[in-house]
Amino acid sequence: MAQSWGFGALVNLDHYGHYLQWHFLSISVSNLIVIILMVATFVVALFAPFPGRRNRKGPQ
Amino acid sequence: MRRSVVSKLPPDKLLPDTQPAYVASWIYVFGVTTMAALAVVIATGCILALAGPQWWHSSSLGHFVNSMHLWSVEIFFFAMVIHLWGKFSMAAWRGGRSLTWVTGAVTFLASILAGFTGYVSQTNFDSQWIATQAKDGINSTGGGAFFNVLNLGQMLMWHIVLLPLAAVVLTGLHVLMVRVKGVVPPIEEKAEVSA
Repeated sequence: MAQSWGFGALVNLDHYGHYLQWHFLSISVSNLIVIILMVATFVVALFAPFPGRRNRKGPQ
Repeated sequence: MRRSVVSKLPPDKLLPDTQPAYVASWIYVFGVTTMAALAVVIATGCILALAGPQWWHSSSLGHFVNSMHLWSVEIFFFAMVIHLWGKFSMAAWRGGRSLTWVTGAVTFLASILAGFTGYVSQTNFDSQWIATQAKDGINSTGGGAFFNVLNLGQMLMWHIVLLPLAAVVLTGLHVLMVRVKGVVPPIEEKAEVSA
């Protein structure tokens, strides 16, 4: 049972998981969110500028 | 032996203070993120081992450390999978780095097993449910005679002794291999540069 005081989760997790179903494929919403976040982080990591990169000249 | 070790891995290669320019990319930070998360996993796991299940189930501090253990594992796998995607896209096994790739892959497998044995060692209804579901899968492989997921003692020992040991030793070997062979250059980089 969730406690209404103190530091609780930012999202209320005190319920059964939500699932998405497509034919035989089934995935929980929480797992899907994590996978989307991982793909997004991967793409950002590939293209986001890295601090101090301009100061470096070629392989050392 | 000392000469051979030092010639293969001189101190400036073991603890380099510079890296090739191509390493200045966010995609290269996920390996060390994984190791940082592993350190938190092990530290919180040690605290949980000191105090025991009743503590982590019933006290607020126990809940907190238990949550730290869970979320550091989440970050560990999150970073590890992005590290894997990044290295796969770079074909990081090039240039005699096959052992680096293999130690990383085996560490990943050991970590999955560590995560699984952790889920079945929680000592709650969730762990009972997971164990009873998993036993059919394990038994269908014939492995159930050696790896009984319904045996809490065995699962806990795998989780807190064998698999962490495997993960730490393999991670150490993996990092050593990276130091010996250097960080893999981008595919378009012609010169084989060692870090």
